[in-house]
Amino acid sequence: MRQPAVSRRALLTGGAAVVGVAGGFAAASALESDDAATTGPAAYAFRGAHQAGIVTPAQDRLHFAAFDVTTDSRDELIALLTAWTEAAERMTAGGSAGPIGPTQGDADLPPDDTGEAIGLPASRLTITFGLGPTLFRDAAGKDRFGIADRRPAPLEPLPHFPADALDPERTGGDLCIQACADDPQVAVHAIRNLARIGFGTVSVRWSQLGFGRTSSTSTSQETPRNLFGFKDGTANLKAEEEAALTDHLWVGERDPGADWLAGGSYLVARRINMRIETWDRQSLSDQQDFIGRTKESGAPLSGGEEFSDPDFAMPGRGGPIIPTDAHVRVVHPDQNDGVRILRRGYNFVDGSDDLGGLNAGLFFIAFVRDPAEQFIPMQTRMAKSDALMEYLKFTGSALFAVPPGIGPGEYVGQALFT
Amino acid sequence: MRNRKLAVLVPILVAAPLLASCTENAKSDDGDPRSIQVISTDDGCEVSKVEAPAGTLTFDVTNAGKQVTEFYLLAEDGLRIVGEVENIGANLDSRLTVAVPEGHYITACKPGMKGDGIRADFAVSASDEKVEVSGDEQAMIDTATTNYLAYVQDQTDQLLTKTTEFVDLYKAGKDDEARALYADARMHWERIEPVAESFGTLDPKMDLREADVAEGDEWTGWHRIEKDLWPAEAKGYRAMTPQQRAVYADDLLKNTKILDKKVDGDLRFTIDGIANGASGLLEEVAAGKVTGEEEFWSHTDLWDFQANVDGARVAFEGVKPVLETKDAALAKTLTDRFADLQKLLDAQKTADGFTYYDELTQPEIKALKDAVDALAEPLSKLTGTLLSRS
Repeated sequence: MRQPAVSRRALLTGGAAVVGVAGGFAAASALESDDAATTGPAAYAFRGAHQAGIVTPAQDRLHFAAFDVTTDSRDELIALLTAWTEAAERMTAGGSAGPIGPTQGDADLPPDDTGEAIGLPASRLTITFGLGPTLFRDAAGKDRFGIADRRPAPLEPLPHFPADALDPERTGGDLCIQACADDPQVAVHAIRNLARIGFGTVSVRWSQLGFGRTSSTSTSQETPRNLFGFKDGTANLKAEEEAALTDHLWVGERDPGADWLAGGSYLVARRINMRIETWDRQSLSDQQDFIGRTKESGAPLSGGEEFSDPDFAMPGRGGPIIPTDAHVRVVHPDQNDGVRILRRGYNFVDGSDDLGGLNAGLFFIAFVRDPAEQFIPMQTRMAKSDALMEYLKFTGSALFAVPPGIGPGEYVGQALFT
Repeated sequence: MRNRKLAVLVPILVAAPLLASCTENAKSDDGDPRSIQVISTDDGCEVSKVEAPAGTLTFDVTNAGKQVTEFYLLAEDGLRIVGEVENIGANLDSRLTVAVPEGHYITACKPGMKGDGIRADFAVSASDEKVEVSGDEQAMIDTATTNYLAYVQDQTDQLLTKTTEFVDLYKAGKDDEARALYADARMHWERIEPVAESFGTLDPKMDLREADVAEGDEWTGWHRIEKDLWPAEAKGYRAMTPQQRAVYADDLLKNTKILDKKVDGDLRFTIDGIANGASGLLEEVAAGKVTGEEEFWSHTDLWDFQANVDGARVAFEGVKPVLETKDAALAKTLTDRFADLQKLLDAQKTADGFTYYDELTQPEIKALKDAVDALAEPLSKLTGTLLSRS
């Protein structure tokens, strides 16, 4: 016996995408008040010119997963991307993963939605898909899906950077899914169900939870703090800067791979462990010198407020007042040929390590138009001259091409397979 | 780790201990006669009080000007610095906390960090709060800095002797003997590593680990040779030819000589530099040795561990007489925790030196790490406490 599909959300307070009908589940009141507390829609449209989850105001929670494709069949890969697209569209609108629902199906069958999001609103869930370099040609050099000649040159595994202590089990991947939401249960629900849909076609290579956003991608948002206790990424690309997004974020019509990637972007993921215990033993003035900003307001050490431009030339005792190796100086656009990136990282704590230290840090995510021009030079510069490097250890790394937005009736990345 | 203040090539002048930190606390007077607000502008210096009772005074300095500013409390002669805060950016705040006995003083804001500053008289009246000014303190500081310099010079001398011997053995293909000397020679380096780090490029040339080499950069120094001497775990590793060996060995010796010469030159230490060095050495242990990352091929991490602890302990013991006048309880805690850590290291001593890292059990590593944290946490307060006047 089948019942009509029921939205897992009882209430939809607004938004661009609406599916299903209001069902019998009461939405948690705490979440409702959260929605009311922040501006913006309760759900984001899944289809559009660009994928959601990039310039979308950064939500508070993340579940990110990388997958290895286990099939050599192009048709099976396309079928998966189609199924993922449909499920993602339902879930981002507050619906269930499968077309039936968590409790509406045949009692003799396992439900097509795992159910932990019953009663929860859409929570501004966005689901963003990416394709890794190994999808085009695997480690053995094989072109499994007949797309090797469509690989844009910038989609290359990142080089080894100093302080990289990469765990192969947290590095790389043929495909990735970034699920962001205001509620961690909603983000986890999305990845869990998409992984389930993929069994037999893909296997999860690694996944990462993030519990607090570290970036603001809209001028309407405050800059949050990282686990060093500082505001970082103040000079981030923001959704409102349309010209800058064209220059620095979206793959252009004449860029490599434009025939399928124009309007898309590249996603750089770096799992950065912080040496938390050592950092905590540094004096406040040293911490501020390492970052180049005050801890309290986030103002550059040259003065002013958080969004004041740093004055890198301003002299202080014994050198510039913003030290030459201060993080803000090393990664600032002024010091990087004007290059800007869109950071969308999350704090993470994966419990403690085997010596009792906090296994924690920043799951860095950045979207760029060209990683070879934007991310690699910046990371190289940072590795060579950033005071923060003493307190960082890079344990995971991956690069993905993020296809453009998905049109009506399309599946994600469709242009690559036609 | 970071040791910005370690080697300072200026005369030993640490006559102005202070406890300065950038703060942005709400500035309320609270009617506290020892709390003073200072507003520094590009052409003014507004001090909320012209007198205060003797004791620990707090000056909350706001820079309302456009230039970087500084604030000084000077003795009556206008020369001796009683306390100072530097590098206050525009629209930022900083705080000077300083213990001041009865007397006449001068306040000065220095916008633009130039000239004598904008000065005003400041009176401190007698009060019940006792302010100790130890005439011995400068003598203790002088002794500490002189002794530490001698220690550093002695270690680099020994490092040079043993490195010379080591590279000769290595170049001659006497690998067993070179391996036997490797960790022992490096101990002299590890004891004073923050000093070497302060010479910029020497440290990466001599002590870089393979994982920290950027793509396209050349890898030189101790660990390059280490890999060649312990290639067992390096898959597909191609041993160096005698000619290649000579290149890396000569380079290491050359840099060791440069280090030795620099240390014998016009080098001076400050007491806070020594204290920062002690903390830095413990951070070295926490970051690389306790995890077995430093000696990736030879697994001689505990030699380095011991040497870092030696260096930190020597630095601490040098400044301990000063610390005891400021915070005797901290001095005792640090003494005890150094002893606790040493006990664990002693348990790993063997006829040849120490247990190899890959032969340690997980509980042993955990116990060492816990002892490092237990010491490093109070040790991180050493510099600030030494500089305090209260």
